[in-house]
Amino acid sequence: MRKPSVGAILLALIPFVAMCFSVSLWDRIAPMVLGLPFNFFWLITWLLLTPLCMWGAYQLEAPRASEPHREDGGRP
Amino acid sequence: MNSSFVALAFIAVIVSVGAFIGFYAGTRRKMDLEQWTVGDRGFGMLLVWLLMAGEVYTTFTFLGASGWAYSKGAPVLYVLGYQPLMYVVSFFILPQVWEVGRKYRLQTQADFFHVRYNNKYLAAFVALVGIIFIVPYLQLQLMGLGMIVEVASYGAIQRTPAMIISFVIVAAFVLTSGIRGVAWVSVLKDLLLLFSAVFVGLAIPYIYFGGIGGMFAELVRAKPAHLVMPGATTNLGHSWYISTVVLVAFGFYMWPQFFGASFSAKSSDTLRRNAVVMPFYSITMPLMFFIGLAATLIVPGLTNGDLSMLTMVRKTFPAWFLGLIGGAGALTAMVPAGVMILTAATLFAKNMCRPILWPGMTDQQVAKLAKITVLVITVAALCSAIYSSPTLVALLLVGYGGVAQFFPGVVLGLYSNHVTMPSVFAGVVTGVTVFVALALSKHDPAMGLNAGFIALCCNVAIVAAVSLLTPAQRGGFGEQSRASTGV
Repeated sequence: MRKPSVGAILLALIPFVAMCFSVSLWDRIAPMVLGLPFNFFWLITWLLLTPLCMWGAYQLEAPRASEPHREDGGRP
Repeated sequence: MNSSFVALAFIAVIVSVGAFIGFYAGTRRKMDLEQWTVGDRGFGMLLVWLLMAGEVYTTFTFLGASGWAYSKGAPVLYVLGYQPLMYVVSFFILPQVWEVGRKYRLQTQADFFHVRYNNKYLAAFVALVGIIFIVPYLQLQLMGLGMIVEVASYGAIQRTPAMIISFVIVAAFVLTSGIRGVAWVSVLKDLLLLFSAVFVGLAIPYIYFGGIGGMFAELVRAKPAHLVMPGATTNLGHSWYISTVVLVAFGFYMWPQFFGASFSAKSSDTLRRNAVVMPFYSITMPLMFFIGLAATLIVPGLTNGDLSMLTMVRKTFPAWFLGLIGGAGALTAMVPAGVMILTAATLFAKNMCRPILWPGMTDQQVAKLAKITVLVITVAALCSAIYSSPTLVALLLVGYGGVAQFFPGVVLGLYSNHVTMPSVFAGVVTGVTVFVALALSKHDPAMGLNAGFIALCCNVAIVAAVSLLTPAQRGGFGEQSRASTGV
């Protein structure tokens, strides 16, 4: 299999850093944003930003994947 | 009319509509093995999205999410961490798995191992491990369903008859319609679930605290420690969070049933786009947390935190609404259970019986054996749910730690030409052994880390070491696909 592009992997790393590895930076109550403790607010925000990062990765990857058509509908 | 009758009627109507959709989806189609297991590889974006959502968001996700928010507090945030990230990981795996699947006509995860590593014993072993971890997961769905229906019907149906009735329905629509039936029931289930999660998740904080902000303000006053990790626990801190999120993000799509769901897509691009938009479904999860958190203030002291959502709904809303939630909850158990039964049965018939015991079986005979196995597995899961043992429950709560051990074999199988069959075999054996040993001896988390994560690290080390020691093999997808793109 062709390996994914560096750009797509870097875009995919952004949510990993934001939601996983940096936990000790954002796991706190203050400042409350929109009535939510900061850790809840942070994760919900990244829930919405992750598709944005992956949309970027899709723009990089989709043209590279040469799309073969289904010839026979998968039937024997 | 008394409330239990009203609630019961709602549950019955919803489950009946679901069953009808499930049966109808498979009529007028010839149910050969290919149609039954992977829906003839013809599902479009929306149906794949709903099928995947149907499989990911199980009763455990919903009862467990509000339950953990109630009894443990902030550690429940790991759900919000791993869900978007597992879709990120799936972006780089599922389209590739699909490509390979179409080319070699793969139907199961074990097929993938069989073709990639050219060894039927590795494939049979992978199938066996998959089944071993699916059966308790199935049992969990059953027990969740029994609990939901019992509470939602005000005890009018006890959990044992509820489990038996619903699983007879599941087995029946799996037999008649295969994965297509499950996917279409998912449509109803997801609609009901999205509606009820959004409505209840916003309404409960509003009714009791004037809004989500008011609820958190009250929580910050009353229980500030509940809102940051490790919450009400002593050992679920930041290192546990990171190791668990990494493990589940990488391991979740290693559940064998997701391979079948991936193969059912129309194209690899469907799966790639699906991975981009899947995180939006997870917006239901914080709403489940809100219900659990509200319950810590309104109904403290429940012995079973998993009942916190149903308790709150029962306390707050009229009977018909509880029935609606009960029906949605029943479907939430039935949809993933259907795929799990189908997957385990196919793994058993196609990847264990045919290659090892009766090499001469035709595809028709495999399909027939798989359908008999559906009944056997359904009965086995029912018996274990009715006479459940606590050890099994302890093991299944962390079942993803077991299936995550397939990750190196799948990913290196896709992207590396250096990984060898013996190394993957040794890696899976090591990973599963370490994980089961830690989980059964109650060392999860161990040293502040998720036991499955520790097992995965051992697994990767073994794969790397043995790959260096064993001679490189010819074959694998890489060389074959390079050869065939030249044609």
